[in-house]
Amino acid sequence: MGISAQELSIGQSIGSRSIPVCRQDLIRYAGASGDLNPIHWNERFAREVDLPGVIAHGMLTMGAVVSLVTDWAGDPAAVVGYQTRFTKPVPVRDTDGAPGAVIDVAGVIGAIDTEKSTARVDLTVTTEGQKVLVKAQVIVRLA
Amino acid sequence: MTINPDLAGRVYPAEAVYEVSREKIREFARAVQATHPAHFDLQAAQALGHPDLLAPPTFAIIVAQRADARLIEDPSSGIDFSRVVHAEQRFTHHRPIVAGDELTAELHVDTVRAMGGGAMITTRAEIVAADGEPVATTTSAILVRGEEQ
Repeated sequence: MGISAQELSIGQSIGSRSIPVCRQDLIRYAGASGDLNPIHWNERFAREVDLPGVIAHGMLTMGAVVSLVTDWAGDPAAVVGYQTRFTKPVPVRDTDGAPGAVIDVAGVIGAIDTEKSTARVDLTVTTEGQKVLVKAQVIVRLA
Repeated sequence: MTINPDLAGRVYPAEAVYEVSREKIREFARAVQATHPAHFDLQAAQALGHPDLLAPPTFAIIVAQRADARLIEDPSSGIDFSRVVHAEQRFTHHRPIVAGDELTAELHVDTVRAMGGGAMITTRAEIVAADGEPVATTTSAILVRGEEQ
């Protein structure tokens, strides 16, 4: 079980996916996480603090895109480290049914540590072509 | 309101216990659109060798942000929550979080750096199980925007 270092090479792709997000998803994340900051659900408040409108929680983006890695790894517990910087907000439009934003994620092997038996997966995360996470790196324990 | 420059080095000792339930793991997994069966199905989690449902990799943020709230809501910190922006986040998992865990977090204020009229504050939550076993270390950088930013 699990992925071994021999199967991996630097620069190798682990895949990509697109994650649609709507306003309801922000409400759901607010409730599940306890992060009730009104910039994630109150349009008036978001504009008052000079945002373009309601934006996704950075932690929703961080939490959603890592599924690319956990599904690839086979066991979500193989993720032993995960970090990112939040550089740009993800505005989520007020829509009826259609996605209010789409988050695109792609992952490549950035480093392999045979001593610790871990690999670093570097994620590229964008919305409408703009990078929203920078230095998004996931440390995966190998078999 | 200005940020208290003496915040760096402050420690908020572990306080309330966070009980990790199966339903909370399922709810959080749905909220981050995670579909791995180990978050939802006990047999799937056990098949991977876990004692109970497995929390998604960012689940510890619930415990970490509760700990951060103690600093943000502390009147002596001088932090205006409406001006807080999440700038960086890091998780180091010492062992997986599973349903049934009783977690507590000790919060450390590692650095405070003045930025314009505001400040960048780095906090670290040391999350441990009921028996004191280290479970996760989370590091957050929050930017408190100054009035002109």
